[in-house]
Amino acid sequence: MTWKRKDLLSMQDLEAAEITDVLDTAESMKEIATREIKKVPTLRGKTVVNLFYEASTRTRTSFEIAGKWLSADVINFSASGSSSEKGESFLDTAKNIDAMSPDVVVVRHTASGAPALLARHLRCAVVNAGDGAHEHPTQALLDLLTIREKKGHLEGLNVAIVGDVTHSRVARSNIYGMKKMGITVTVAGPPTLIPPACQELGVKVSHRLEEAIAHADVIMMLRLQHERMKGGFIPSIREYSRVWGLTVARLEHCRPDVLIMHPGPVNRGVELAPEVADSQYSVILDQVTNGVAVRMGVLFLLAGGKTA
Amino acid sequence: MSAYREKAQVLDEAGLDRALTRIAHEIVEQAEGVEHVALVGIKTRGVTLAQRITQKIAAIEGTKPSVGALDITLYRDDLGLKAEQPQVRTTEISFPIKGRIVILVDDVLFTGRTIRAAMDALMDFGRPRIIRLAVLVDRGHRELPIRPDYIGKNLPTSRRETVAVMLKEHDGIDRVVIQEPTD
Repeated sequence: MTWKRKDLLSMQDLEAAEITDVLDTAESMKEIATREIKKVPTLRGKTVVNLFYEASTRTRTSFEIAGKWLSADVINFSASGSSSEKGESFLDTAKNIDAMSPDVVVVRHTASGAPALLARHLRCAVVNAGDGAHEHPTQALLDLLTIREKKGHLEGLNVAIVGDVTHSRVARSNIYGMKKMGITVTVAGPPTLIPPACQELGVKVSHRLEEAIAHADVIMMLRLQHERMKGGFIPSIREYSRVWGLTVARLEHCRPDVLIMHPGPVNRGVELAPEVADSQYSVILDQVTNGVAVRMGVLFLLAGGKTA
Repeated sequence: MSAYREKAQVLDEAGLDRALTRIAHEIVEQAEGVEHVALVGIKTRGVTLAQRITQKIAAIEGTKPSVGALDITLYRDDLGLKAEQPQVRTTEISFPIKGRIVILVDDVLFTGRTIRAAMDALMDFGRPRIIRLAVLVDRGHRELPIRPDYIGKNLPTSRRETVAVMLKEHDGIDRVVIQEPTD
């Protein structure tokens, strides 16, 4: 498979073969993390700009480490303290950065579609690092890499995605990606947090946690986004935790080889009991490790080949 | 991409095996044993050749040297020039190379650029005492000052020809042929 895309904007765009290409490339990159000298010269002289309009530590750091291990120059641009506070438009800021000839712009924005807008206007490659409630493709790719690594394959697996699906770009990207890889996806959560048209994406919907997780090979718990819970979606956080939190007692009814995943940051004691987050079933830190590998793979595929 | 046709067979199965046997003996002789020797094959066929040479050394000396695999994609100097993005594969060097005599193994030595990349990659794993180079075929046309230490077959070629090394593990047969373009 030869990578042909200029940008990585969504899992909805990608074909199964392209997803496999990214995962294979990322898998090969993992070895670099085990070296004494964690650096290869592949992207020497290339510039990666992290353009973050929304708070993020994990994703930004992950892209930064990925770029640096590949020898790219990585520049972090955060919206606070920048010209956007002086009234410059998003597109003008991005065009100014593009005029400095970066090779890749990694963008996170609160508005869905912001990376796609940039991709149309910028010469450089654009990577979506999360846009509103739309997509977060590199998260889905690192989740798929983690599952493939632990289970040996993707096709035929059952995955339960639990929590606030409505506001979750992680859920959306994973649903698109998993369906393409032949995974059966069940989404579960309170009816207020499951989009009504969810079935159109080809997923099963469940409103009982026990039912959703009983046969799952993988349980992906979503973060309850406190900042988005002011709209009366749930009676209270305590009530949500009691009904939808993954506890040790509930875990006992799951498959003995179940994997527990979470995109982070974890609200311990809300969606995930601390004992579950730290249990042998949890692969949350493997996800973080694989995040760097996936981002190295993506940066290599976008910037490593032909000079644009 | 233009098609190629076979021009001549250079090595058959027995010839290829004899060449590897000789290389194994030369490695052992020059290193005065195998205590500090490690072989690192360059993906893909170099790895297979390194494994075969390792087996032969084990048969001669009774101890088997460490053997690793190196993928040089991330060290290439032509990434921006190639039309197609090469596939990155995994490097597996699970032993320390510091202080070792590392024998790099590849199937065909041509411009020398792959070996340059392999040496850079190797240095990132530590500081070997010596790096030596073993190749099954040296076809000439060097673009860098690189010289092999162990050669299976010296093979003068023209630039438009290619040398195809076929190994049982990958191609179902052991042989080396020269190919020329059909047009």
